[in-house]
Amino acid sequence: MADKDQKHHEAEDTGHEWDGIRELKNDPPRWWTIMFWLTPVWIAGYLLLYPSIPFPSGSSKGLLGWTSHGEYDKGRQEIEEIRAPFERKIAAMSAKEILNDPEMSNYAVNSIKQTFGDNCAACHGSGGQGGKNFPILADDDWLYGGTIEKIQETITEGRGGAMPAFQGRFTPEEMGDLMQFLKDAQQGKVFEPGKKVFLGQTKANAECSTCHGEDAKGNQDMGSANLTDGICRFDCTPEGLEYTVLHGVNDDGDVKTRKATMPVWGKKLTETQIKKLAVKVYLFGGGQKS
Amino acid sequence: MSNTTHTATERASDDIKGDEPLSLDELYRESSHHQVNLGAKKIHAKRMPGKFRAFKWKVASLYLFYFIGPFIRWEGGQAILFDIQNRKYHIFGLTLWPQDIWILALALLTFFLSLYVVTAVAGRLFCGTFCWQTVWVDVYTWIEEKMEGSPAQRRALDSAPWDARKLAIKGGKTLIFLLIGVATGVTFTSYFVDVFDLWHRYFSLQGPIEIWVAPLPFIVGTYLGVGIMREQFCFWLCPYARIQGSMQDADTIIPTYDMKRGEPRGRLNKGDCIDCHLCVGVCPTGVDIREGMQEGCIMCALCIDACNSVMKKVNKPAGLIRYASLKEMLGQPVVPLYKRPRVIIYALLIASTLIGIVWGLTHLGTVELNVIHERQPLYVTLSDGSIQNKYTLKIINKGDRPLSIKIALSELPGAVLVDHDAAVHVEPGKVLPLNVIVHVPKALVKKDAMKVEFHILDSATGAFITETESRFIGPG
Repeated sequence: MADKDQKHHEAEDTGHEWDGIRELKNDPPRWWTIMFWLTPVWIAGYLLLYPSIPFPSGSSKGLLGWTSHGEYDKGRQEIEEIRAPFERKIAAMSAKEILNDPEMSNYAVNSIKQTFGDNCAACHGSGGQGGKNFPILADDDWLYGGTIEKIQETITEGRGGAMPAFQGRFTPEEMGDLMQFLKDAQQGKVFEPGKKVFLGQTKANAECSTCHGEDAKGNQDMGSANLTDGICRFDCTPEGLEYTVLHGVNDDGDVKTRKATMPVWGKKLTETQIKKLAVKVYLFGGGQKS
Repeated sequence: MSNTTHTATERASDDIKGDEPLSLDELYRESSHHQVNLGAKKIHAKRMPGKFRAFKWKVASLYLFYFIGPFIRWEGGQAILFDIQNRKYHIFGLTLWPQDIWILALALLTFFLSLYVVTAVAGRLFCGTFCWQTVWVDVYTWIEEKMEGSPAQRRALDSAPWDARKLAIKGGKTLIFLLIGVATGVTFTSYFVDVFDLWHRYFSLQGPIEIWVAPLPFIVGTYLGVGIMREQFCFWLCPYARIQGSMQDADTIIPTYDMKRGEPRGRLNKGDCIDCHLCVGVCPTGVDIREGMQEGCIMCALCIDACNSVMKKVNKPAGLIRYASLKEMLGQPVVPLYKRPRVIIYALLIASTLIGIVWGLTHLGTVELNVIHERQPLYVTLSDGSIQNKYTLKIINKGDRPLSIKIALSELPGAVLVDHDAAVHVEPGKVLPLNVIVHVPKALVKKDAMKVEFHILDSATGAFITETESRFIGPG
């Protein structure tokens, strides 16, 4: 310490002094100076090696030829190499075979997460929990069937519901009876006056049972909803049910009609992707054995 | 002292060897070199035999286990191997998984607490004897003495012009220092990769790059930190030196200079201290212990050895510098160890961490079950009105045999496990994720979150293996 103090007293100062503390004219530390002069070297090297200088026609390319796209492609290639053996195996398997192979179904579910997120989750939710006026995938109520084959078919070919708008067809009394019938049906009871409306035996002659069945349990071949299980495609409240009856589904004649269209994914996604998606949807918890 | 005699002194002291007994005159002649460390001059400490010197070597030799460690075999593999790639840590027969990291945390806590209790009892005993910095510096300076000679010869060599001889000595020394650094780094690396495989890779110049990079910090670190900085590291970089003061108290025994006996110091039989500066000369950090406790003192007690040898020579009782507490020096009663709150509290803390470690190691188990509840959706209402919850069960087989298990539920009335009658197989060392669906009839779902326990049973015998608690969520 003593040596250093002596040096301080000998050192020249700038003439600035605050409370006895003098500002000295010592050189900055050597390590600092070295680092300081290394920075321009670093900059020069960087400018040469990497794309960095902006020209009107685009930036300089750099001697290394590095691009962020190139790095991305390299990374993608790496993961594709890891996935290749699985992908080959999956291409040769049916969706059902994948489902029965725990390792492959695990791979399918995890490798298709991104595709599901990009294409399906907006309507059906990231975990198949559905959304307002969009179908839940995690339950066991299926409009078109919940077997792995049916799920695959739904994704590939898309679906579109069709229900005519019944506005103006029912008298207020008939409407009231029908609503009571639907409410009771969800609890396993039968409201006889309403059942007559439902079967088309009143003046309105609207045979709901043509599509939904005499037992109101729907028909998966045509995608008509099961009205007895308390799970509604759109809205289970009395107002919601009435709205659906009045305006129908996908009825072009009614501007207020409910929209229900599952797009055709067969043209946008590959068969392997759809197989994986079908497995993922099945495993949300609602898949049904055929 | 005239200029001519001064040079003569230097020449004479060049011939003095560390372990030869010195006459009193020689002691004083040499003392002109023993300077307190001010950071400006390099410390070349004198080596002397003695009780604490021998103790220091004994403690240092424990580090041989560090170098031998990787070569110890156990059940066909490396006894101590931290297999980062497979996330398994083998310590003899024991295999720890990342889940068991809390045991490691407790072990580290035990080490720290031991450090505190040692410091409370006997000061920086760790710094002076066991710290790797101290041990490596000790070995490096020993090599330096063998190659360059006594402290005086080393000082002379340092200031001598660069010629072939100096270049050869300094170059050879640097090479040996670097080789020790390489040995240190490669040994460290071989706790993470099987040592024989590692050496095979080094000799055949194979990757991965990590095994080439991992030793580098040790090579650079030992060369700069031990080869060059030495005691400066303890002075300026080590945080432990800064907090030692708060871990010591008036009862802590530390190397202390007995002022009452020693002062007034001087050559002509005043106090017992003959002011020969030998205690400064042997100090590896270059402090003057007679100034009292100070941050530079790593408490290696080499000054006690030095002083005792001088006391013997001048026919005075040993222990002018000795391990003593502040209270002893002030003539106050000395409190026994078991009555010092600090020691008692540290001991209790160490006991509790040790109990934790023992409990952890005896309850490791070979199967671990983690239950992750599905978040989106939390629950689903089914067509028959019942509520469905989905879980991902992660079954970890930490054992070395394949497992065949069944899953069962408890604590949740009415719960039905869907499609899980078949036995599930988990390969050794693997984690099996399993989708599990549970139904509960609506009438039985009384709260929005109910307790449920997942059990893992042996599929053949039905014997209970392990359980994990989770929640069943419903509309409430």
